[in-house]
Amino acid sequence: MPEQLVFAMEVFTNGLMAGVLYALVALGFVLIYKASGIFNFAQGVMALFAAMTLVGIQNGQVPFAHLINAIFGTHVHSFGWNVPSLFALIFTVGVMILLAWAVQRFVFRHLVGQEPIILFMATIGLAYFLEGFADLMWNSEIKTLTFCLPGELCLPQGMNLAIDDAAYNAWGVGFFIDNLDITATLVAIVLVIALVAFSQYTKQGRAMRAVADDHQAALSVGISLNFIWVLVWSLAGFVALVAGIMWGAKSGVQFSLSLIALKALPVLMLGGFTSIPGAIVGGLIIGVGEKMFEYCFGIGQCFGGVINLGGATENWFAYVLALLFLVFRPQGLFGEKIIERV
Amino acid sequence: MFYREAGDFKTTYAADNQTFPIKIDRMGYYVALLVAFLIIPFTINDYWANAILLPFLIYSIAAIGLNILVGYCGQVSLGTGGFMAVGAYACYKLMTSFPEVSIFFHVLLSGGITALVCILFGLPSLRIKGFYLAVATLAAQFFLVWLFNRVPWFYNYSASGQINAPERTVFGVPVTGPNTESWATYLFCLVFLVICALVARNLTRGMAGRKWMAIRDMDIAAEIIGVNPLKAKLTAFGVSGFFIGISGALFFALYLGAVEVGEAFGIQKSFLVLFMIIIGGLGSIFGSFAGAAFLVLLPVVLKVVGVDWLGWPTDIVAHLQLVIVGGLIVMFLILEPHGLAQLWRVAKQKLRLWPFPH
Repeated sequence: MPEQLVFAMEVFTNGLMAGVLYALVALGFVLIYKASGIFNFAQGVMALFAAMTLVGIQNGQVPFAHLINAIFGTHVHSFGWNVPSLFALIFTVGVMILLAWAVQRFVFRHLVGQEPIILFMATIGLAYFLEGFADLMWNSEIKTLTFCLPGELCLPQGMNLAIDDAAYNAWGVGFFIDNLDITATLVAIVLVIALVAFSQYTKQGRAMRAVADDHQAALSVGISLNFIWVLVWSLAGFVALVAGIMWGAKSGVQFSLSLIALKALPVLMLGGFTSIPGAIVGGLIIGVGEKMFEYCFGIGQCFGGVINLGGATENWFAYVLALLFLVFRPQGLFGEKIIERV
Repeated sequence: MFYREAGDFKTTYAADNQTFPIKIDRMGYYVALLVAFLIIPFTINDYWANAILLPFLIYSIAAIGLNILVGYCGQVSLGTGGFMAVGAYACYKLMTSFPEVSIFFHVLLSGGITALVCILFGLPSLRIKGFYLAVATLAAQFFLVWLFNRVPWFYNYSASGQINAPERTVFGVPVTGPNTESWATYLFCLVFLVICALVARNLTRGMAGRKWMAIRDMDIAAEIIGVNPLKAKLTAFGVSGFFIGISGALFFALYLGAVEVGEAFGIQKSFLVLFMIIIGGLGSIFGSFAGAAFLVLLPVVLKVVGVDWLGWPTDIVAHLQLVIVGGLIVMFLILEPHGLAQLWRVAKQKLRLWPFPH
């Protein structure tokens, strides 16, 4: 097998894996958008906040330590204990639910019935607020995230040697796949199945779908909109937490984590705002597309390097693809035809 | 008692249609112009110019531009940073290619070039709206920044990838480069701001502005009463791009002097200008000024209070600033969607009847 083809396959597979992570973030968007019509720009920052909270609790950091020290002149930094990952995870889920409640109670309850674009701008404000809040609470250093379940079952690091060896034996060329990406893919599959099962087979899930379908009809059969919205924001918070763990373990818990939210926007454009399968397929297309485009045209590896754009095309490829999609198929691949045109 | 229109009789149509119909408003406007042109240039120092006045003037122009697009025409744009970068690089290329032409025309021309780019990226607005359009403009933001980073022609093949403003003079006084005086750069920006504000104010009062507002309020109805949405939207993109391009050119040439595109014109800049018009007031020229002043002053005030008085470390103050700005955005959207400009309007309305409100 020619070496270049193997490389291309490697790029393709890695793109697929990156796409899974985009899809994870996009999933949170779709959940909130379907239930409340809010386009939640703060999803990425929620992932950052969740990951920071998880690491903070694990390492026994004192919340707001910097602020407390600055105000009272003390020198507290940590409680001096380490919390097992599983407990920290449960605590973090609690924090995310609290956050969901607060967001609903203090922001969006007051904005019911506003235009979508006002809600969108409110979530941009929320994203700023949450980012500053997270930094104040857990300080803004880059943190490493290690996540271990009981029984030494940690998130794996590094490349998968088994696949590399197998590829070397078969084709004589190594094949690089990150262990973490494989795990992320598995986790994403489990998460999606769990979400679908929840929304199809439980009472709350059914209520959620009812609200997504028609607010007023749901209200008239006795479903509490407030409760469903808090539920949906909590679910989105949980998805954000999973995404935050995966991205955090991959590249450290830091500010750039919140920028993946921006990458999730084109994913949604492609997949459609209202479709969970759309978010996944869109994520995969964007992930593969930007990696292959970078490989082929960004650093000029295809067609004898005829086109070489000088790299870093990943920054904009997704958006331009989404732009093209918008012009020719505005509702995305799987979305409902709700777009208003003039 | 002192703020009212009673006794101020208009005898001509022109007088009836003037920008400031109430006499005291008019006086206030002239006084503000006098202070800005005749008093501040003599009292200005470097700290005031660089920390407050220059950013205020330049961001005001950008905010007016974005306000025309978002506030008047209802097309949300997140590409302001990218469009400012177009203005900056256009100005740089013009300054270095035609050194004998006055920089005044360079800045105007870079506004024109930005207008064209802005119209190009505004084309999707004919098919989509709302946050779909916001994402389309996000594409402009990332693509333009990448373009200026990667294509060496734009930065004249300099080794650092930066662009540096060469020295240019107006009437013999240097306004760009290392040897500038703060009053000269201040006045240069002020002239542009006054021209832009006048043009914007009169455009939005006239036919063009009414068309934009009709599109914003209800596009289908606007089309039925004879507004051409294609023309209205694209002119809004063009005019907005023109102002944003001017502000980008001034931001690079007069304020920063040297620019690394990702840092100076990143996505954060787009949000900053958007926040200015949300806080200041969507659909109001005065609001653009108020919002720009607010968000330029806020970090300065926070720094003085937090770092200098209370002695907190700078990173805490920076985080606190994010919390405050985010919180304010949400608060304004909930409590006063028309921003500071609406508060100002309400205050004036109260003042008219004061002290006998009934």
